[in-house]
Amino acid sequence: MADIHVNLAGISLKNPVMTASGTFGYGTEFADLVNLSDIGAIIVKGTTLHPRQGNDYPRMAETASGMLNCVGLQNKGVDYFCTHIYPQIKDLDTRVLVNVSGSAPEDYAECAARINALDAIPAIELNISCPNVKQGGMAFGVTVEGAQSVVKAVRKTYHKPIIVKLSPNVTNIADIARAVEAAGADAVSCINTLMGMAIDIERRRPVLSIATGGLSGPCIKPVALRCVWQVAQAVSIPVVGLGGISTATDAIEFLLTGATAIQIGTANFLDPAVSVKVAQGISHWLDQHGCRSVQEIIGQLES
Amino acid sequence: MQKFLRDLTVSEVSFPHKRYVLIKLTDTQPLPPMLPGQFVEVKVEGSPSTFLRRPISINYVDTAANQLWLLIAMVGAGTRTLGTLKAGDHLNLLFPLGNGFSPMQQQGETVLLVGGGVGVAPLLQYGKVLKQQGAQPIFLLGSRTAEDLLQLDLFQAIAPVYTTTEDGSAGEKGFVTQHSILSTMHFDRISCCGPKPMMVSVARYAKQTNTPCEVSLENMMACGLGACLCCVEKTVKGNVCVCTEGPVFNINDLTWEI
Repeated sequence: MADIHVNLAGISLKNPVMTASGTFGYGTEFADLVNLSDIGAIIVKGTTLHPRQGNDYPRMAETASGMLNCVGLQNKGVDYFCTHIYPQIKDLDTRVLVNVSGSAPEDYAECAARINALDAIPAIELNISCPNVKQGGMAFGVTVEGAQSVVKAVRKTYHKPIIVKLSPNVTNIADIARAVEAAGADAVSCINTLMGMAIDIERRRPVLSIATGGLSGPCIKPVALRCVWQVAQAVSIPVVGLGGISTATDAIEFLLTGATAIQIGTANFLDPAVSVKVAQGISHWLDQHGCRSVQEIIGQLES
Repeated sequence: MQKFLRDLTVSEVSFPHKRYVLIKLTDTQPLPPMLPGQFVEVKVEGSPSTFLRRPISINYVDTAANQLWLLIAMVGAGTRTLGTLKAGDHLNLLFPLGNGFSPMQQQGETVLLVGGGVGVAPLLQYGKVLKQQGAQPIFLLGSRTAEDLLQLDLFQAIAPVYTTTEDGSAGEKGFVTQHSILSTMHFDRISCCGPKPMMVSVARYAKQTNTPCEVSLENMMACGLGACLCCVEKTVKGNVCVCTEGPVFNINDLTWEI
């Protein structure tokens, strides 16, 4: 059996498969359907300093090989997370990371500071790329200055590894990746959703309540692979690949392209057990190809 | 309640009417406990434009035959593809999901079960269970035409059935909320499933008559597990997931203008 454990910015993962923020709840919602211990890491849903109600319904539109959403970071706030959710998940036999979002660098920093105190959370993922929030979110992720301002602020209050989730909705994702690396990020994850739109022709209106939303699912995989490829060449910190992964083959494509770990997002909605199937599939593929460790394929794209 | 992800076997497919398909499913192992008003998320194979699972209410559970029935209106590519299933095919289900209708509140209570169109589906199982528990269900079923009144014989085998059709081809002409029993009879509570305008009208009647009332919502959803937060309904507690906190809500918890 190949060794599929990976080291992501100092955090040891049983396998390179993580579940993406906003697609797997707090993990507990899926406990009947999948053995959470077999997942490399669970990234819990976007958490903000203050509670957020999110956007109005409708928040979702099905598209060709994917879906749009404009949830808008609905969550009960970091204090609720610390007092109510954390006790339920702190003893899970997997890594649990928290995705942090905000509308000002100070909010991110304060939210991260409170999570810093939670022993069982080994790292956070900074969401500087949510397309569904008017203030902040993606606004930070689309400029070098904005991205750096958030990472620098959080770096002062958070003393464990910081993964920065990048937006594909930018001119040059490598520039943003270099900027967050320089500001102190320990890893980057890419990509967040692509901004898109759906129209109801009978009502002559956008389907989504705020008109635009984030596109996810298999349809965005080629864009995600391209971004991972560009970012992996631009930075020396680890890259986490996500965007349209639903099979072990998809995951291996990202690993070859330079991702140290991968995340599964929208595919969790179709098959709640997909993350474990992908982890098993990676292991099987490595065995079939005579690889002793997943390390042998990370970034090993032939040029 | 424990949730399952299983491939069930199609044992029978029939068409109560050209727009509706009734799929009876079975399994080699006993089906898990399911509450009336809960739903399943089915994976639709063979429909390239159908990306997400489709939430379908539980129409009937035949414990003796180990069968689960789904009554489906074929309205889009996904549900039309479900209509092409044949006996022996497999269907992947994530189930049972959601909260379900309220159990009997008091022995002998009269519960009006109001259904519109394919929204009658979960009321068959609910009516059966209420009757078994010792309540007195009464069905009020509405549709556009006589041929859209689904499973009438099955409903009649459980409890009294009153009907309305928009064209007057069966029962009283008009909408369910115009039916004469609403002005002549008293009900201890009401449960309702159907198109939103119908449920709003029923909720209004319930409020006017001071009758407790719950409605089953069908907001567009993705995961069915409370993870994606797409199917939210605005309630007095804020935005909540219809898939986990619903689909059944007391009308007093909703923010509908009634």
